[in-house]
Amino acid sequence: MAGKERRAGGRGRPGRVKRRLAPWLFLAPSLGGVTVFTAIPFLDVVRRSFQDAMGRRFVGLENYRAVAGNPAFRLAAGNTARFLLVCIPLLMVLSFGAALLLAGGEDASGESGDLEDGIGGGRDGRNRRQRGNRYGIFRTTLALPMTIPAAGMVLVWKILLCPDGVLNQFLAEATGQVWEVDWAFSRWAFPVLIATYLWKNIGYDMILWLAGLGGISGELYEAAKMDGAGFWARLRYVTIPCLRGTCGLVGILSVVNSFRVYREAYLLAGSYPDSCIYLIPHLFAHWFLNLDVQKMTAAAVMLTAAAVIPAAGVWIGRRGGKE
Amino acid sequence: MRKGKIWITAALFGMCLFVWTPLLVMAAGVFMPEDELYWRYLSPLGLGRDRVRAALLPSYPSLEALGELLIRSPGFFVMFWNSCIQVLPMLLGQLLVGAPAAWAFARFRFPGRRVLFGVYVVLMVLPFQVTQVSDYLVLDRLGLLDTHLAMIVPGIWATLPVFIMTRSFETVPHALVEAARLDGAGEWYVFAHIGLPLGYPGIVTALMLSFVDGWNGLEQPITFLKDKTLWPVALYLPEIAGDKAPVAFAAALIVCLLPALIYLNCQEELEMGVAASGVKQ
Repeated sequence: MAGKERRAGGRGRPGRVKRRLAPWLFLAPSLGGVTVFTAIPFLDVVRRSFQDAMGRRFVGLENYRAVAGNPAFRLAAGNTARFLLVCIPLLMVLSFGAALLLAGGEDASGESGDLEDGIGGGRDGRNRRQRGNRYGIFRTTLALPMTIPAAGMVLVWKILLCPDGVLNQFLAEATGQVWEVDWAFSRWAFPVLIATYLWKNIGYDMILWLAGLGGISGELYEAAKMDGAGFWARLRYVTIPCLRGTCGLVGILSVVNSFRVYREAYLLAGSYPDSCIYLIPHLFAHWFLNLDVQKMTAAAVMLTAAAVIPAAGVWIGRRGGKE
Repeated sequence: MRKGKIWITAALFGMCLFVWTPLLVMAAGVFMPEDELYWRYLSPLGLGRDRVRAALLPSYPSLEALGELLIRSPGFFVMFWNSCIQVLPMLLGQLLVGAPAAWAFARFRFPGRRVLFGVYVVLMVLPFQVTQVSDYLVLDRLGLLDTHLAMIVPGIWATLPVFIMTRSFETVPHALVEAARLDGAGEWYVFAHIGLPLGYPGIVTALMLSFVDGWNGLEQPITFLKDKTLWPVALYLPEIAGDKAPVAFAAALIVCLLPALIYLNCQEELEMGVAASGVKQ
């Protein structure tokens, strides 16, 4: 690809200079803003994380030591790690299941019965809709929650979860005992938070998986079928290996979205929730109120490292797979 | 095959019930008159303790709450417009700044491209909390704290839209771009007349996701806006209490409706745009 571009640009000297310059002209507005609003401030944060409160004296790793020894930080970091470890695999598996169900259903309802038609649905939305696919409603429904503001759903969650709420009534019916658990403010807040997170995010991941499924050539399935591979064998030896790239992307985007669960946590349980859902964002909010700049900067650098290192791993892995 | 299809439909239907039921409960609350709301939802509305009597349909449908909200709650409108004022210019900025950058990443090979794109991806991954301090310091220095611009300006240079648009532009057929170039089209012309029309699913996707995120955002306004008259509507909802409580459902519905309608309108583009970001080129 690069060779072709160079040839096209190398017709004359002025053309070549123009071609060299063009990408930078396109990039300039974005690059300038990112530098001013993100890159420089971030470097400033890194600098401050090694300095004292006044920003004058170099204190080495003292801030980091303070953060690492801070019980609130340990609690929040542990909870966040636990949240990610439970949520991300659960989200990925459930959304993958939903995508498989949808692709399978659309495949079965395709008139031609051609796998490409069904599984390729994500790529070819317009045609699919023209055929009047009956699974469109499921697709739309499952993706809908990602657009619904957390603030809008809080009332409904309260109806379900408050001490006089539906869930307790249901459990009382089922067990014959009195249930008065305040789900959002007890030890149960953790699974509650996970449930709201899953509710909101399955749709987005499902669309990503569907897109990945749409990118798999139907010939591969045909060939596997010829060889007598059943559903599970095709899943294991065709679908999953082909989705490795999608998997990395879904993982990264799920982690990106996971910090937004603070919205649900904040709206359901306020600034001081039960300690089992005291997450990194709560901690930052409190430090921010106290203007605890050093702790925030050091923790921000640590968080960045925690986010960048796995992401870089996936990135390098994908590049390795591509070339 | 037939039997399998029934099971698939049943499973999907079951999953969809989890989406439909809460939304129906909310919608039903909108059309309940005040006394029915008090009777059913005293506890969740924070007005007292009573058994919740959840319902998927109102017993005495009325437009009372909706009218109350739309006619006699000026605060709601102020916050609604705050949200619009904060989100829409941000989207415009993301389009003007992000689309050309994405085109550069997708269509040119230049030294440092991979590294720069990597930096953009890293910035995309960073949660708000990491940049919270630095954003605050920058906005403070520029004197933008406690203004609408504090919501708009940093958002313009978010890198997730650039990432999504880049992936979408990468699907534009290379031959088409080359043909236009051979015919003497300038780079800007190629971008505007080939890139934008063919890459629009990615653009729509990026802007839609940004809209949803901006519309739902709580962290940024809590951090950067002390003045409550500037708060977006997402922050207004939790503030509804006391004698205003009966309009809470109506307010929630209207806040949810806008992103949902946009999603329903852009669903095809969204799926194509997300597809472009997910499929390996």
